[in-house]
Amino acid sequence: MELNAKIPPGPLKDKWNYYKDHAKLVNPANRKKLDVIVVGTGLAGSSAAASLAEMGYKVKSFCFQDSARRAHSVAAQGGVNAAKNYKNDGDSVYRMFYDTIKGGDFRSREANVYRLAECSLHLIDQAVAQGVPFGREYGGYLNNRSFGGVQVSRTFYSRGQTGQQLLLGAYQALIRQVSAKTVTLYTRHEMLDLVVVDGKARGIIVRNLDTGEIERHSAHAVILATGGFGKIYYLSTLAMGCNASAIWRAHKKGALMASPSWTQIHPTSLPQSGEYQSKLTLMSESLRNDGRIWVPLKKDDARKPNDIPEVERDYYLERRYPAFGNLAPRDISSRAAKERIDAGYGIGAQKNAVYLDFSKALKEQGEAKIKEKYGNLFSMYRKITDIDAYKEPMMISPAAHFSMGGLWVDYELMTTIPGLFALGEANFADHGANRLGANSLLQACVDGYFVAPYTVSNYLADEIKTGPVPADSLEFLEAEQKAKELLDRLVSIKGDKTADYYHKKLGKLLYDHCGLSRNREGLSLAIAEIKKLRVDFYAHLAVPGTPEEMNAELEKAGRVADYLEVAELMCYDALTREESCGAHFREEYQTPEGEALRDDEKFCFVSAWDWKGLDQEPVLVPEPLTFENVALTVRSYK
Amino acid sequence: MKIFLKIWRQKDAKSNGKLVDYEMDNVIPHMSFLEMMDTLNEKLVVSGEHPVEFDHDCREGICGQCGMMINGRAHGPLKNTTTCQLHMRSFKDGDTIYVEPFRAEGFPIKRDLKVDRSAFDRIIGAGGFVSVNTGQAPEANSIPITHEIAESAFDSAACIGCGACVATCKNSSAALFTSAKISHLAKLPQGQQEAHKRALTMVAQMDAEDFGHCSNTEACEVECPQGISVLNIARMNWEFLKGNILK
Repeated sequence: MELNAKIPPGPLKDKWNYYKDHAKLVNPANRKKLDVIVVGTGLAGSSAAASLAEMGYKVKSFCFQDSARRAHSVAAQGGVNAAKNYKNDGDSVYRMFYDTIKGGDFRSREANVYRLAECSLHLIDQAVAQGVPFGREYGGYLNNRSFGGVQVSRTFYSRGQTGQQLLLGAYQALIRQVSAKTVTLYTRHEMLDLVVVDGKARGIIVRNLDTGEIERHSAHAVILATGGFGKIYYLSTLAMGCNASAIWRAHKKGALMASPSWTQIHPTSLPQSGEYQSKLTLMSESLRNDGRIWVPLKKDDARKPNDIPEVERDYYLERRYPAFGNLAPRDISSRAAKERIDAGYGIGAQKNAVYLDFSKALKEQGEAKIKEKYGNLFSMYRKITDIDAYKEPMMISPAAHFSMGGLWVDYELMTTIPGLFALGEANFADHGANRLGANSLLQACVDGYFVAPYTVSNYLADEIKTGPVPADSLEFLEAEQKAKELLDRLVSIKGDKTADYYHKKLGKLLYDHCGLSRNREGLSLAIAEIKKLRVDFYAHLAVPGTPEEMNAELEKAGRVADYLEVAELMCYDALTREESCGAHFREEYQTPEGEALRDDEKFCFVSAWDWKGLDQEPVLVPEPLTFENVALTVRSYK
Repeated sequence: MKIFLKIWRQKDAKSNGKLVDYEMDNVIPHMSFLEMMDTLNEKLVVSGEHPVEFDHDCREGICGQCGMMINGRAHGPLKNTTTCQLHMRSFKDGDTIYVEPFRAEGFPIKRDLKVDRSAFDRIIGAGGFVSVNTGQAPEANSIPITHEIAESAFDSAACIGCGACVATCKNSSAALFTSAKISHLAKLPQGQQEAHKRALTMVAQMDAEDFGHCSNTEACEVECPQGISVLNIARMNWEFLKGNILK
């Protein structure tokens, strides 16, 4: 199999215009004859569903939450990037493109990343028109803040709730189309399988989570905007329901997965405090604008942070990366924290954290200003830890956060299954081996508002003659039958261990061997352990009740069943990439100073994986990356 | 800590429900309330009982999916805090805690502590948006909005749609929820074009959903996780009256 990314011809800055000028169109009268399924109602899903419905297509939208407004985009705090250059600090589309390519450690496609930067300009316009209340200066113009990995201020924000406000904009656009009856919305529905007919994506099998009923839905194209799967680590910044099931089941139907092991470990989350813990709450990266990160210079320093004098503190990011300091990119900041923690300088009861200190900013700017910028984050911190961060430093720790990997897509965001598109975090496309802060809201929105309307139309233009797609063909019935069999299997094991028990075990294996740093021995061990854990799962899982009722435990079990397979592919992915790049740090490949050692000779490609069955090793299909506009350099933030 | 729980169990919308007693040993004060519920559910699953169904997702106070009446208060004893951000340190060893679903005509119970809040989506669908299609937007800085107005619009827009306002109101009124969206959009120039019509259609939908009227007890503001002000309700009434006069 050879992968064709379908990059348009011409100079980098003209590629997207070239594509738009030459993409096939569908006559407005024909659009209502074409059905599109969109799974997921986060920023990518809501914006795609709303935009396609506004154009006149018949859209069905699905989410597992009880309202479309609750998808996990809602939790993004810090902001969304756009190259507006409102701060007059030298920003441009090209500079944003370069920052993103470099931030991703030169492991993403130039054309995709350039399009992302280009469309960022329109996104801010769109969001403002929807009524998103971005932060503004006193004169009334839009304000910006800085984020990690860049030297300009291009991040637009709504206090610490930017994701929520952008999502409400997209959700309201979606609900407006539901009222106009151009979108049929199915909340509390979870996708169980993709249906492929004659090689094309033609529909999905879903389970109504309130009643347990299984439904078949057909369409001319299927869009998966189902988010990331960092929850596979169990402890993560993600919502409890985030999962890999939709993309994994599509993968097993023939859609290639790319770079599944590239997971961003976010540097500023709250540390784990006990075994019962269910999630790690994120503290926005924007805090690093004014917060300084340090650990005591002395090991096992038992003094309270405010009692440790300035000269006995190690501001290790400022020391190691003077040019970027506390705003070094996420992969680098997380690894530097892990280095200090592993060396025995960690703080807190479990010695698993570092300090994030605002005392200097509070002194310089005053409490009122800090409150205006981060008030909700400080109060969230207080609610969770009972500590007042205006008086003493926050304690933070790295946590699994964002999946750079996902379904492989071409420039049109189409997977290797014709008619199946993947948008937002569910695809692998734009962030390379490390995502820059405030680029994920951007990518989700750009994919949904500005890319899918063109590329999905281009695909649908050849579907006008297809006619309505029946949902009772053999392929649909078979997929439905298989989905029911899996549910029946999960409830009939009747063992004595919960889905969470397996999820926690799996998460620990991944943190230890396929997390912030990886090595050959650990990854090989993890693959063997995951196989064993999977056998145990199907022998001892306990799920009470039946599939024919509301059953949250069954929902969990289905997601964990998939995680137990995804995890193995993640380890193969990490094992075969014998270099360090971005979030992927292989201990065997590092510089004497402990920085990542990339190998452009051998590994300047995207690893896409083809599924061959559970008992077979997956097959690697490389997509070579060519760089015509930037020179591959060592990524330095020193 | 040892905790005694009385939890509302109800098999489905049609069945009768009742409070069921559970005892929890070794509760750790740092646990969140939902982690305590997870621990209970682990025990129930292993013993083959159906675990307590409750809504939750982000567990950081922003998705609005969680919500229970805890000792008769929406989201429990703390001010401006969702259930997921309530921790067991707010309780004492030996406490008995009553856990019930949000109760309102407009929020039918689905199972145990899960309720149907789709009425909120329908209220938004009645006009809680700016009618702008993708691609129509002008340059973002072409309409200046002062810092104060933008911040005030944000204060209204911060609603997470959890329904605590309805659950806590003796009339089961959805006025705080509805007014927050009406105010958010009416404060911004982008939303002002449709402000009057929006107030009329959203209020009509709110009434159609079996929510009660607002009688200004202001309990909703006290329980709201985002501290949404009841001044939004005054604004809604103003927009509604203006809309009626101008229509």
